[in-house]
Amino acid sequence: MNLLWLAFTIIGVLLGVMLSAKAVDPAMMLHGMVFSIAGVLSAFALIAKNYRNNSGPSLADANGNVNYNTEIVKAGVIASTFWGVAGFSVGLLIALQLAFPALNFDLPWTNFGRLRPLHTSAVIFAFGGNILIMTSFHVVQRTCRARLAGDIAPWFVFWGYQLFIVLAATGYLLGVTQSKEYAEPEWYVDIWLTLVWVVYLLVFLVTIWKRQEKHIYVANWFFLAFIVTIAMLHIVNNLSMPVSLAGVKSYSLFAGVQSALTQWWYGHNAVGFFLTAGFLGIMYYFIPKRVNRPVYSYRLSIIHFWSLIFLYIWAGPHHLHYTALPDWAQTLGMTFSIMLWMPSWGGMINGLMTLSGAWDKLRTDPVVRFLVTSVAFYGMSTFEGPLMSIKAVNALSHYTDWTIGHVHSGALGWVAYISFGALYFLTPVVWKRKSLYSDALVNLHFWISTVGILLYITAMWVSGILQGLMWRAYDAFGFLEYSFSETVEAMHPFYVIRAGGGALFLIGSLIMVYNLWRTVRGDVRAKEAGSLVPNMEFAGAR
Amino acid sequence: MDYHSVSTFAQSYGLLYLFGLFIAVLVYALWPRNKEKFDKAAHIPLEED
Repeated sequence: MNLLWLAFTIIGVLLGVMLSAKAVDPAMMLHGMVFSIAGVLSAFALIAKNYRNNSGPSLADANGNVNYNTEIVKAGVIASTFWGVAGFSVGLLIALQLAFPALNFDLPWTNFGRLRPLHTSAVIFAFGGNILIMTSFHVVQRTCRARLAGDIAPWFVFWGYQLFIVLAATGYLLGVTQSKEYAEPEWYVDIWLTLVWVVYLLVFLVTIWKRQEKHIYVANWFFLAFIVTIAMLHIVNNLSMPVSLAGVKSYSLFAGVQSALTQWWYGHNAVGFFLTAGFLGIMYYFIPKRVNRPVYSYRLSIIHFWSLIFLYIWAGPHHLHYTALPDWAQTLGMTFSIMLWMPSWGGMINGLMTLSGAWDKLRTDPVVRFLVTSVAFYGMSTFEGPLMSIKAVNALSHYTDWTIGHVHSGALGWVAYISFGALYFLTPVVWKRKSLYSDALVNLHFWISTVGILLYITAMWVSGILQGLMWRAYDAFGFLEYSFSETVEAMHPFYVIRAGGGALFLIGSLIMVYNLWRTVRGDVRAKEAGSLVPNMEFAGAR
Repeated sequence: MDYHSVSTFAQSYGLLYLFGLFIAVLVYALWPRNKEKFDKAAHIPLEED
């Protein structure tokens, strides 16, 4: 088996060298080199592993308990924390660029147009994606009571995904993009991600296949829907024809309004299945786990799951209101978006009510505070989203900062908060520590970043509605009242406030990094030693 | 297969199919005999070793 993987890396190295040598543009030359270096490093790692331990992992430990693969979860904690901070930093930089354009530095590599996809991909795919891979690997093992399938395969998923991030990110800086929002990477990076994703799906499925628990816990359903649907969306939206096999440029198989609809079918379901279904899987495991109570209603979770996945897939056209897309398709997108209120709020109620009888934990456990606030933000942003999909509202909100505010209430409030909750929960668990280093720092992180989010979204509401109203204002003669640059000038103060909110959010995440690092080292803050919320899974080690 | 026939199909069989699926999910989730199974399933994360 190891030999097969080794052959695979050698093919990778040769392919990389060939692409690099035959490259028709500098970006492909660089990416070919990156690819072959990655191949050399993995070949080295495989050989080193072979000398270290040839027998493969045992499925059970000395006491007959399942020997869970925690190393892959540790790697995920480190990677997602790193990419989180990187993504938030680039976000702060581009927020400052909007307020103070001089920060574009007049260089092609640092202008807003290239850094913006760097930010979105870093936070969604690098931070969010690593969180999802890590938590799904943890949850599927624990709820199936089986070791994660494969010895090398999970590591291929992990490192292959990091390679995808590096190729995508360096590509953006060099101007390599297919200009599809959230699907910017070019054809060769897309093919690589497809390969990684298929192995991810296989690892997940085989683990479920080998489970010792009869029932497949609901969190795994959400993770599985996320993995399968993302594969489908990614492949269809990225169907394209490269100009040259040794060049970065490709052309989409779709054109015109069909291309737009395919893109937003992809784009909205990236929100629905990547940022929602996957993170709901996190909610359904980590909230019950942290408050030590079963989910409020398992029946509701089943109805939640099936109605969410059947409705979400139709909502994409609401991104194309008042465009060349036929009216009925726009109305269809709007109708399904509004219907999504039901499963979204059903899921929110299910998450929140899991705390019934344990609400005091909200006061005593700052990690629960993160998890519960994230669900509250989920409820808020899934209320706001359908509202904005209504055509009359969209006429005002579309193309304005209101959309940006909405996205960030979901991304910072829901996605990042539930991820922080999961990171704070998992770090002591996988490193086998009694508790976190400090709960007071978790609390500080919580309040600093909450103030940051509130500044961010309120600034964007005001700025977006102001912008929308200024665009549609007419004077007595029927002329537009404001020029575009006047609207930009009016938004300046809100851009400064937004950057302030982003800075607070970044500072909060740095506090988390410090706290997690001290936790990994096994430190406990002396002042809090007696009062820290214990890690329930701690069993004897250190 | 023109636009009209596709939309007629979607508005009749498509509607029935999706609504039927939804009813099936409701019946499965709320069927009294399944209650015990689901209550047990809800405890899976809490019963780890």
